[in-house]
Order: sequence, then C-alpha cells, then structure tokens
Amino acid sequence: MIKIFVLALSLFCAPLLRAGESANWQDLHAGNEVGNISSLQRGARNFSNYCLGCHSLKYLRWSRLGADLKIPTPLLIANLIPAGAKPADYIQSSLRAEDGVAWFGKEPPDLSLMARARGVDYLYRFLETFYVDPTRATRTNNLALENPAMPAVLSELEGVKAAVYRNVDVVVDGKPTVQKVFDHFTSVAPGQLNQAQYDAFVRDTVNFLDYAGEPAQVERRNLGVWVVLFLLVFTGIAWLMKKEYWKDVH
Amino acid sequence: MASKDAVSGVAQQAGFRAWLNKRLPVDKFVSEQLLEYYAPKNFNIWYFFGSLALLVLVMQLVSGIFLTMFYKVGDTTAFDSVEFIMREVRFGWLLRYLHTIGASAFFIVIYLHMYRALMYGSYKAPRELLWLFGMFIYLALMAEAFLGYVLPWGNMSYWAAQVIINLFSTIPAIGPGLVEWIRGDYGVADATLNRFFSLHVVAIPLLLLLLVVLHLVALRQAGSNNPDGIEIKENPGPDGKPIDGIPFHPYYTVKDVVGVGFFLTLFAVVVFFVPTFGNLFMEEANFEPANPLSTPDPIAPSWYFTPYYAILRAVPNQRVGALLLLLAVLAFFFLPWLDRSPVKSVRYRGWWFRGFLALLTVSFCALMYLGLKPATGLYVVAARVFTVGYFSFFVLMPWYTRWDRVKQVPKRVTFHD
Repeated sequence: MIKIFVLALSLFCAPLLRAGESANWQDLHAGNEVGNISSLQRGARNFSNYCLGCHSLKYLRWSRLGADLKIPTPLLIANLIPAGAKPADYIQSSLRAEDGVAWFGKEPPDLSLMARARGVDYLYRFLETFYVDPTRATRTNNLALENPAMPAVLSELEGVKAAVYRNVDVVVDGKPTVQKVFDHFTSVAPGQLNQAQYDAFVRDTVNFLDYAGEPAQVERRNLGVWVVLFLLVFTGIAWLMKKEYWKDVH
Repeated sequence: MASKDAVSGVAQQAGFRAWLNKRLPVDKFVSEQLLEYYAPKNFNIWYFFGSLALLVLVMQLVSGIFLTMFYKVGDTTAFDSVEFIMREVRFGWLLRYLHTIGASAFFIVIYLHMYRALMYGSYKAPRELLWLFGMFIYLALMAEAFLGYVLPWGNMSYWAAQVIINLFSTIPAIGPGLVEWIRGDYGVADATLNRFFSLHVVAIPLLLLLLVVLHLVALRQAGSNNPDGIEIKENPGPDGKPIDGIPFHPYYTVKDVVGVGFFLTLFAVVVFFVPTFGNLFMEEANFEPANPLSTPDPIAPSWYFTPYYAILRAVPNQRVGALLLLLAVLAFFFLPWLDRSPVKSVRYRGWWFRGFLALLTVSFCALMYLGLKPATGLYVVAARVFTVGYFSFFVLMPWYTRWDRVKQVPKRVTFHD
C-alpha cells in the first residue's frame, strides 16, 4: 500500500516538477486573434516567405485565402502565389516528397490542420525554442519538439540562441539524482529582428495557421451570435406561451 | 371540449379531410396520440429529455443525409472529403459540427433520460418492455456512435476501431476469426471503413427508428410514469379521464418547445463557439489522418464510452475486463427484475436505495473521468474501487430494495417547484 502511495505521489509530482523547472517556455501562449485581418495578412506573407518552401496547405486555395484575408487577386498574384500556380489552386509547396525524405529524413508535413491537431500554443512554443545543438546534423534542436527534422529556418530573423542549463536535485525512484535542466537562452548571434518583433512575427504566423486550420471559424462565430440571440428570443416566447397554456393546471 | 370536437368532427367533415380520413386515420391518430393521450401533470425538468432525444435523432438523420452527399468513403478519400466539407461545401462546417457534436448531445440527453428512469422507477412494472426497448436503443446508439466515429478516418478513428474491434478477440475460440470477419481484412483497413459506412448510414439507423417506434408504442400503452411514481390511470375522474392527467397536446407540446429552446441554445453555443469542447467532443488527434504507424498517446474513446473503458482497464486480465465491460452495459437490462421495492419513485424510497443510487452516480461519473486518464498508479486503484461501486448498485439491488423502509405514496401527484 505504501509503495502504491509513493508511486502515486511521484506520478502526481513529476509533471509539477517539470513545469516548475521550465516555466519560462512552457507557459508561452500564442495569444493570437484570428479575427485580426492585418495580422493574418502578415502571417500569410510570413508563411509564403519562410514556410511554403517545404510545407503545403493542401486543403486551402489561394483564392479562398485572398477572399478571407481581403487581399485583392492582382496583389495575391504579384506577391504570394508562386509562379505557375493559379488563384484557384491549392497552396502547394514545390518541394518533392522524395527530396524532403532525402534532405530532412521525412517529408515535411502539410500544415493545413497542424494548428487543430497540436494547438496554437504548441506551434508558438515550437517556433520560439530553437537553439544550437552541435550534436545534430542540422546543428539545431528544439525544446517543444525534441530532435526535430526541421532546421531553425527562422534564425536569420530571430538570431541564434544557445541553451543554458542548471543542475537540479531531483528524486528518481527514491534516489537523489542531479539532473541537467533547461534554464534560459543566451544569444549567440543577433538576427534581423529584436525579441518583441520576432514574437510578433511568430504570433502572426501562428495566427495564419490557426485560420488555415479552420477558415470558416470567423464566419462561424459571427453567425453564432445571431443564432444564439434568435434562440434566446424563441425560448422566451415559448416560455410565455407555456405559462399561458398552463395557468389553469393545478 | 377540444377532444369531443375532434372525435365528432370526423363524422361531420366534408371535402378533402373527410376523403383523407376515410382512407388514412389521420384525425384518429392525432386524437389518440396527442389530444386524448393523458400524461401526468407533475412532470419536472427531467421529463424534457425524451422529446429532446427525438429532436437530436431527427437532427442527426437530416445532417447525416447532407453529409453523405459529400463524404467519400474509402481509406484514401475519407479524410480529405471531411476537410472538403469543412472548407468548400456551403455551410458544410455547420453540417459537420451539428452531426459530430450532435453525437455527444445525444449521449448527454440519453444519459439524463436514463437517469430519470432510475430515480423515478420508470423501469418497474408495467413498463419493463418500455425500458428494454429503451436499452436496445442505447445499445444501437453506442454502435452507431462508434461506427460514425471511424468514418472521418482520422488517427483516433483508426485506433479507436483497432482497440474496440480487438475486444471481440477476447471471446474464447471464435474470437480471432470473428475479429477478422468484422474488419474484412487482417487489419483495420479500407474494407472496414466501407462496411462501417454501410452500417452507419443504413443498417443501424433503420434499427434505431424501429426501436424508437416500439419504445413510443410501449409508452403509449403503459402511460408515462411521473416523479411520484403514481399510476394516474388508477385514479380516474367522473369523466373517466385520469384526474392527475392532462392532454399531451397542447400542454406538453408547448412545454416541450421550451425545453427544445433551452437545449438548442446551449447546443448552438457549443457548435458556434466551442465545437471541440476542450478536446472532449472532437479530439486533436483526429485532425491527423489515420496512420497505422503512429499511435495517439493516450488512446481514449469518446467521453460517453469512458466509464466502460475505465472498467475494461481496471481489470488486469483483458478477457475478464471485456466481460465486465459487457456486463456493465447489460446490467441495466435486468433492473425491472432486480428491483424488489413496492415503491417506484426515489421520493418515497428509503435511505438504502438513495445511498446506492448516489454510489452509482458517483461511480459512473468518476469512471467517466478515469477513462480519459492514463491507466497508471492511483488511477487504476480508483477505477477498481468505482467499478465495485458501480456493480454493487445492481448486484445488491434485490436485497437493499427489500430492506429499504419506504414511505407512504400519496394518492394524488404532487408538485415540487
């Protein structure tokens, strides 16, 4: 019984410890607003410049993007759509799957539903926690996704970071052990953007992926307000009618 | 008065209505089922869920018909076609959310409907068959929900199918062959998806509709129970109508419309503002296509199955666990014969029954929570405790319902507002 209790206690405490150690990055939130059109437009620009080389949005058409993000078609063609693609085409990367496997070890995933499958906070943390790791072929690693196939493609903007660790005494299976845990990042080389600018860049990009995961979501919420208002009025009238009919029931 | 007019009106009618009624008993049906059907006048909030279940059933059928127009069954097309519906079909996202969230709403409504029956003894004589038809509806609904969950062919769809179909492999001797027969392949594959589609859109809905008709016919025959558990037919007035009864129409039709309004408002809030409902009504893992090489962590069934899933995992031996899971569902079927109390409603039962009903309530909710958690450490211990709590409600029922010190049931129904 005591064994079970200790096991249970350690199970309950393990996540607490981990969260306490690295609160600085695991508490990061995307904080994006999918109704903010200019943020979405910047996000679409970022995606087109930095993600589309490898990642597709195979369920989203350029024309739909243009209509939803209020980007006129001539601007769309001039600035976003790759040469050879038409507005009605789905957003496809020109990277061939076999090249992806040869260069990165796996085909870069389609990002249409990534925000829905992993959540926007995860995407934000992923893009914020690349750091130098000389042991890896890409020379980079990531806190949110350990040993990612993806290199730190945004380092020209963000700069290059190194992870600083500290030693923490933890109890593993009843034995006191010293563990190296992440403490903070230090800058190795600056990028084109400062921290606040980079955070905004990532937030816009994640916001765009949030939109891409469910393009109808703004329409959904807007329509929802009217539907709920109608139903409240309907229920109120139904309630009055019920009271009228039931006043002679005792 | 209204009912008299309706009956005599049949003879006096002229024109199309008379022509129609001579050939089809339209007025007779309306009269018997609505105007002359007397329901107890003391229904409380728990009596909304029957009509709401019917509403959700219709909603699922209608949204399902439209989804079937765009859904493309097949292991290479299903996932894409669902995203096509979400993005390119006009109001496709609404259809899909209505249908997916409708499944969860169906179980919320059905669980509350069943709980009402437990509280007020609606399963007791003379309503045993009514209860059994209801339980068969519940079984059909579970099958329908599981089959439908597989259709989007997301990764959780795939692995849910894998885990649930494999439960049949625990059946001695025929198990492994049976599993292959169900899947139509050596693993969950295209053949499985195709037959699940067929069962989901044709076979089970037909069965459900038949069972719902039988459920309603049995209800009309025995008459509705009520929160006091009094048979209103045993107390007729001078006109032969039950004193405590009121015509279903207009009284309960207008009242049920209020329930419909409340329900649809809550439902719309979920559909339009929180469709995934914090990973409970739609799981994140199901936004990734089915992948036999990547297992979602953890694999958890939809929330409405988790009490049974927790029972399955509480037992170290998988065969015994699967047997307990089956018994946990089937136990409800035997309630009319396990309950030896002379009293129906919890209002007039003693503390024995109230205690065990509370134990069942807590156990069921706790198991529902535990089924969503990993099966490790204290969670498993808790699941075992609550599994015992769950079954003791049924197994000990013949004894504690006899020991119970019941109160005197009043002659007339009462109101508790």
